[in-house]
Amino acid sequence: MTTHRIIIGLEVHVQLLTKTKLFCGCSTQFGLPPNSATCPICCGLPGTLPVMNREAFHLALKAATALNCKIASFTKWDRKNYYYPDLPKNYQISQYDLPFSSEGWLEIELPSGPKKVGIIRAHLEEDAGKMLHDEHAGKSDSLVDLNRTGTPLLEIVSKPAIDTPEEAKAYLEELRLLLREIGVSDCEMQEGSLRCDANINIHVPQADGTFIATPIIEIKNLNSFRGVERALKYEAERQANELRRSLDAGAWVVDSSRAKAFRDYAVIQVLTQRGSEVAKATAGWDERTGRTEIQRRKEEASDYRYFPEPDLVPVKVDAAILDKVRTELGELPAAQKARLQSQYGIPAYDAGILSRQGRAFVAYFEAVVKTCGDAKEACNWTINDLLSTLNERQLDINVCPLSPQGLGELIVEIKSTGLNKQRAREVYTAMLDGLTAKQAIDKLGFKVVGDEAQLLELVRRAIAANPKAVADFKKGKLKAADAIKGFVMRETKGMANTEVVQRLVMEELNRG
Amino acid sequence: MSLSADEVRRVADLARLELSDADVDAMVRQLGAIVDYINQLQQLNTDAVEPLAHALDVHDVFRDDVPGTSLSPDEALANAPARKDDFYRVPPVFGD
Amino acid sequence: MNLTAAELLERQSTGDLSAEAITQSFLARIQQVEPKLRSFLAVDEAGALEQARAIDAKRRRGDAMGILAGVPIAIKDVICVQGQRATAGSKMLEAFVPPYDAHVITRLKEADAILIGKSNCDEFAMGSSTENSAYQTTRNPWDLERTPGGSSGGSAAAVAASEAPLALGTDTGGSIRQPAGLCGIVGLKPSYGRVSRFGLIAYGSSLDQCGPFAHDVRDSALLLEVIAGHDSRDSTSVDRPVPQYAKVVESPVQALVIGVPREFFNQPGAQATGGLDAEVERSVRDALKVYESLGATIKEISLPHSPYSVAVYYLVATAEASSNLARYDGVHFGHRAKEFAGLIDMMKKSRGEGFGAEVKRRIMLGTYALSSGYIDAYYLKALKVRRLIRQDFDRAFAECDVIVGPTSPTAAFKIGEKTGDPLAMYLSDIYTISANLAGICGISIPCGLTKTGLPIGLQILGAPFTEEKLLRIARMYERETDWHKRRPAV
Ligand SMILES: [Zn+2]
Repeated sequence: MTTHRIIIGLEVHVQLLTKTKLFCGCSTQFGLPPNSATCPICCGLPGTLPVMNREAFHLALKAATALNCKIASFTKWDRKNYYYPDLPKNYQISQYDLPFSSEGWLEIELPSGPKKVGIIRAHLEEDAGKMLHDEHAGKSDSLVDLNRTGTPLLEIVSKPAIDTPEEAKAYLEELRLLLREIGVSDCEMQEGSLRCDANINIHVPQADGTFIATPIIEIKNLNSFRGVERALKYEAERQANELRRSLDAGAWVVDSSRAKAFRDYAVIQVLTQRGSEVAKATAGWDERTGRTEIQRRKEEASDYRYFPEPDLVPVKVDAAILDKVRTELGELPAAQKARLQSQYGIPAYDAGILSRQGRAFVAYFEAVVKTCGDAKEACNWTINDLLSTLNERQLDINVCPLSPQGLGELIVEIKSTGLNKQRAREVYTAMLDGLTAKQAIDKLGFKVVGDEAQLLELVRRAIAANPKAVADFKKGKLKAADAIKGFVMRETKGMANTEVVQRLVMEELNRG
Repeated sequence: MSLSADEVRRVADLARLELSDADVDAMVRQLGAIVDYINQLQQLNTDAVEPLAHALDVHDVFRDDVPGTSLSPDEALANAPARKDDFYRVPPVFGD
Repeated sequence: MNLTAAELLERQSTGDLSAEAITQSFLARIQQVEPKLRSFLAVDEAGALEQARAIDAKRRRGDAMGILAGVPIAIKDVICVQGQRATAGSKMLEAFVPPYDAHVITRLKEADAILIGKSNCDEFAMGSSTENSAYQTTRNPWDLERTPGGSSGGSAAAVAASEAPLALGTDTGGSIRQPAGLCGIVGLKPSYGRVSRFGLIAYGSSLDQCGPFAHDVRDSALLLEVIAGHDSRDSTSVDRPVPQYAKVVESPVQALVIGVPREFFNQPGAQATGGLDAEVERSVRDALKVYESLGATIKEISLPHSPYSVAVYYLVATAEASSNLARYDGVHFGHRAKEFAGLIDMMKKSRGEGFGAEVKRRIMLGTYALSSGYIDAYYLKALKVRRLIRQDFDRAFAECDVIVGPTSPTAAFKIGEKTGDPLAMYLSDIYTISANLAGICGISIPCGLTKTGLPIGLQILGAPFTEEKLLRIARMYERETDWHKRRPAV
């Protein structure tokens, strides 16, 4: 059982960054008082009609293009019919057989290297309202708020090609970065502007080379990326255990008649419950208990009776529109990361960190490099010190108290004076209050000791005072040299030029 | 081929219509006759015909993303059969 | 008051009549005949008089007057007027008050028309006799034992009986043209997209159009001119100029070619689809002779797929209706059952109680046609035949200006005659339905009376967006005859 393969597919809904809803002029703002952002159209009152929001379609096009999807030259809308009190028309305007985009991919970074996760389709649809249920479910009435009804959503369906819960999290993070960068969605899971349902099952290899597939579970109610990862881990394990138990108890049977090919490998055999056709179920994730709860549903619910929405007209997309969208997209995170590596010679890992902070942060980094000419140092300072400052102070890069030119000058100063890291950090902190590098150094009274004669004197004293370290060094413990350097730094209160000290210590130790 | 009572009940469930037994009987008869009449369409060969969902040849109709006027909660709830505070009130969803 | 809208406008401009006097007079007529006819679900006496006084004041001030200033109009109750109940003839919407005007109502208000009341109709416009109204049965002013047709029967009866000079109806499969024909007045269904559907309680969204009822073609042109045109709130309302229909209506069409579909008439050895009544056929043939006398060429054509139109219609319209009417579930508006056990039961009971038998039948049929396992054989099959029907018309209009035939197979039928046989009722729309499926325009004008004194309608169909030509051709006939001047004695 240990070798089973996990199959995960994600369905992500993101709210598009429009001012108004998909089919009416009501606000999409989060957190308004209940039923204060509705109109006859989004309430589905008799006689009202939808008209498509141009910006919503445009943002959807941007997202699909950034996800490398094929864009259909002709697309239309369909009605998905089902009854629920948060859906006032009792049908959702969505896309069925001719979505505006399909067959894309998103590249994610894994410890093993980059991976392209396939995307089946992305389509535009309207959101439903919000239901408030009583704690004692079934005891008292439910309440409906239609503010969210009609909010534009982009549904992005991945292929069942995500292999681990960690990968699922990485996919979501990369997707969020991308959509935020191109201004399509703010992807705030807490506010519901990014929602995720996860489909998962496992394939267990058999001696004859085939696989047994467990029933697919769709996990809902996932509230954070961490939650997605945890829920998938839990569910994969639960399915593996359940499979073992159920096969032993004869509750599930292997249905070879429904065997089929899957992705890149052999035949899989489907498991079904004895005496039942249900091979798919829905589960809710309980963040508190860390468990999934299976919610069996009646099959009746799934006859959505899709048909073309007669109140909307189709949309045609030509090459000129696509060109315009592509120009607007600018540099996407994956391309940006590759460019940072090649242009600045920084490692993939660091380029990834930079890229993940968004375009403004990358622009900051590039301005630092421009001032100091040292990409490696610029990268170290921005992804370590600057990033933690922003995080601690909860600041956006656009309102950073230190300009990239300032940080660049600090790096220049460090390089020219040999100021050590600890002291340099003190200068950096002082600069956050608005000082230039030179002003900060003056204010702190830092005077770097760079005089070789003076430092040589100190190095020799240090060697004399640390015979054990010298002996260790001679035995090959190169680390022992740190004790000598430390002595010099203490003597100069950290003001010795680190590069000069380093050179002198080595010369002196190697000499005798 | 006509409709069975079971089929009528299945469709009524999908359509959220309560039908009495007498209603079901009447539907079996009336819908059956209509469906029989409609089945004359099956005589036509339409293999090479594209469906026509809409007689209009119009596409790309949009509105600009400009805020319009919303209703106040009281206006919105004016036609509601039941409300509680500024919400629509409905029987418990999980009560069935 | 038997005057037409054009005459009422004229009398006001000369100072002979005030809008208030006109309105008073029509209100008195309504009071007089309504107990027999029951055309109206609501008469807005106070509101109408208030509008009339405002219009008179406007005229006294010398302001520019709207083109229907001081002309009363009846509004089919599927059309929303802000602040007035819109029941759609259904118990489901007994208490529904829309907080908005339909686009056509906005246009009427801008034109200074006087909204005199809401007229009766089949529930949600589903029916051909107005017997499916949840509130009352409207009588045909020519014979109170007979139906006025439907679904806009209240509007047709109101105009025929001079309760209002004009009325608005809606036509999804013939619901303007058929009652106009059966009531001896003019009814026009515009091309799909010519008139905004905003504020029109939907039945079959790809088929519904709103249009005028009037005594004659000139009045129809006037009213169409007011309501036609683009509305940014309806994606399917087409943005193209609206001709001045009322102005051009008097100029005849030269070198007129009239197509007569052989499927609409009895042939030797073959009855016309729908069983065309001999008296009706004679009147229609006489009308063709009138056109011939005016120099028109009559050309026999074929609409080979028209016999399938009823079958196609009862799949397409009901499929759309099953979805359009899903919103009436007792949650956000409309009827909610008093007693129920839980949410789903509440929805089922509310719908079970709120809808009448015909509406339930069509919801069931439409749901069935879209349901898994049947959608290919029914809904999608119907859409394919719909294209064939459209192609028939495209071919026909390539060789003729208009297509002429009967509006209905028979004159007005008796109340209760067809209520027990839904299919027979459906087949009474055989000649009107294909126009909605194809999106073309059509008009019914009076062309005779049966021996028993019942009106007969002549249907003229035109290519999409050729209302101007359609009206001119209809007016050519009207000028030569006086059927449109006949009034029933109620
Ligand atoms: Zn709205």
